[in-house]
Amino acid sequence: MAVLVIADRDGDTVRDSTHKTVTAALKLSGDVDILVIGQGSKAAADAAAKIAGVRKVLLAESAGLGHQLAEAVEATVVGLAGGYDAILSPATTDGKNFMPRIAAKLDVAPISEIIEVVSKDTFVRPIYAGNALETIQSGDAKKVITVRPTSFDPAGDGGSAKVETVAGADAGKAAFVSDEMVKSDRPELGAAKIVVSGGRAMGSAEEFHAVMDPLADRLGAAVGASRAAVDAGYAPNDYQVGQTGKVVAPALYIAIGISGAIQHLAGMKDSKVIVAINKDADAPIFQVADYGIVGDYKVVVPELMKALG
Amino acid sequence: MKVLVPVKRVIDYNVKARVKADQTGVDLANVKMSMNPFDEIAVEEAVRMKEGKEHHAAGTVDEIVVVSIGVTQAQETIRTALAMGADRGLLIQSDADLEPLAVAKLLKAVVDEEKPDLVLLGKQSIDGDNNAVGQMLAALLDWPQATFAGKIVLANGKATVTREVDGGLQTLSAALPAVVSVDLRLNTPRYASLPNIMKAKKKEIAVKAVADYGVDTVPRLKVLKVTAPAQRAAGIKVADAAELVSKLKIVGVL
Repeated sequence: MAVLVIADRDGDTVRDSTHKTVTAALKLSGDVDILVIGQGSKAAADAAAKIAGVRKVLLAESAGLGHQLAEAVEATVVGLAGGYDAILSPATTDGKNFMPRIAAKLDVAPISEIIEVVSKDTFVRPIYAGNALETIQSGDAKKVITVRPTSFDPAGDGGSAKVETVAGADAGKAAFVSDEMVKSDRPELGAAKIVVSGGRAMGSAEEFHAVMDPLADRLGAAVGASRAAVDAGYAPNDYQVGQTGKVVAPALYIAIGISGAIQHLAGMKDSKVIVAINKDADAPIFQVADYGIVGDYKVVVPELMKALG
Repeated sequence: MKVLVPVKRVIDYNVKARVKADQTGVDLANVKMSMNPFDEIAVEEAVRMKEGKEHHAAGTVDEIVVVSIGVTQAQETIRTALAMGADRGLLIQSDADLEPLAVAKLLKAVVDEEKPDLVLLGKQSIDGDNNAVGQMLAALLDWPQATFAGKIVLANGKATVTREVDGGLQTLSAALPAVVSVDLRLNTPRYASLPNIMKAKKKEIAVKAVADYGVDTVPRLKVLKVTAPAQRAAGIKVADAAELVSKLKIVGVL
């Protein structure tokens, strides 16, 4: 049984979510290959080749693949699928976009966002916004799976796999127009060791940034937000932590002015230590918090900055 | 042009799902059911296209067909979409909970009959959380796809879609016909007015059976069990920020 992992490429390297997906893949088979897709991705392929336990790295390049367009990725991966019993990708927005398309072309049922590998054909995945977990057994000969990165430890470095070039397909009827990526010097939300998240209590975008940014910079943390804060326009959409946004599991999660709606809890409840600061002592967030402070963030956050020194 | 909007009847998003004691699934008995919230956003966008509201040019869309696959009561979900402004409905009746692959195959058969220029649907249902049907339908049809839409512009035989992706936004253009799946911030769905609810009662809903389409809907996945996630124990309240920082240093996260 051989497994293909589609890398989450980031410029000249691959993101940590790739290492975590390799960990899941190694539970299925000792023969794990990585596919790096893009344009000008040789450096990223070399980075992927260093991941421990990887057999070889395949590099596919084309204009359509540069922006991970689903049509191009699907055509490329389906061309390679014959050699593999399972195809895995991290459950990023890219993976969620192209994996079901690949599955349909191969006539298999996709398995979305697994959090555990029970055996070679049995997996655990959250349903109902994380309020239930289903254990499912796949009857398909070939499996197409997305992996929730926060549920797996990253595979280490130390490998020296060979890099092979394979044919990259084009996107056909879809074309890339533009990107508008949020630039930040802070760690990426999904990979940060500490996340500080703000809620609707902030009242405005100015206040949100005035409160959250200095605290995040002091802690070397990523900034997150509740859906309510994003919907109100206080924070950009890619800050959203929750079932419909990003799922995070940092060592420390600090929720500030967040009441703790079910869908938010689904996105952060696997964090190692949770801190909640909220003036409502009955807010549901306190039911999952290891440490809670009942108080107005306007008072507590400046005190916290002082206590951190 | 014609827009097809698939909608799903799911547990209401305000209701907390509870796992059955026998671990066979989630208890849906006497639970409020509603249209999947993402699908509601898709219906709203289709209606705005037809109305020529916001950036949508008048006359771009002239017919909206809503399709649901599910139990008889899913007609209520279709009726909600008709009250919002869709023109007619189709229910493919199924008591079995079909997997995304089967749903995509049935929708492909509907597309072959209806020949829409655009399929607009929610990015995921809030019960199965698979986030798969739109992408699978696009693959089966060999159509381009644009998932997680935060903005859709239809012009010159193309859909130009701004997608909500990790790290920001990506805009792509897809030649029509295409499948577009919608995200939360595309719009805020309307509440149907009483006159429109009355009008919707007269709109047509065709009812068919899964067998009418002759597609393979045999499940590929076997649900071995459904369990509740481990509960996190509530922690302690600390008096102030200084105490918090010292506790966090003791547990080693600062």
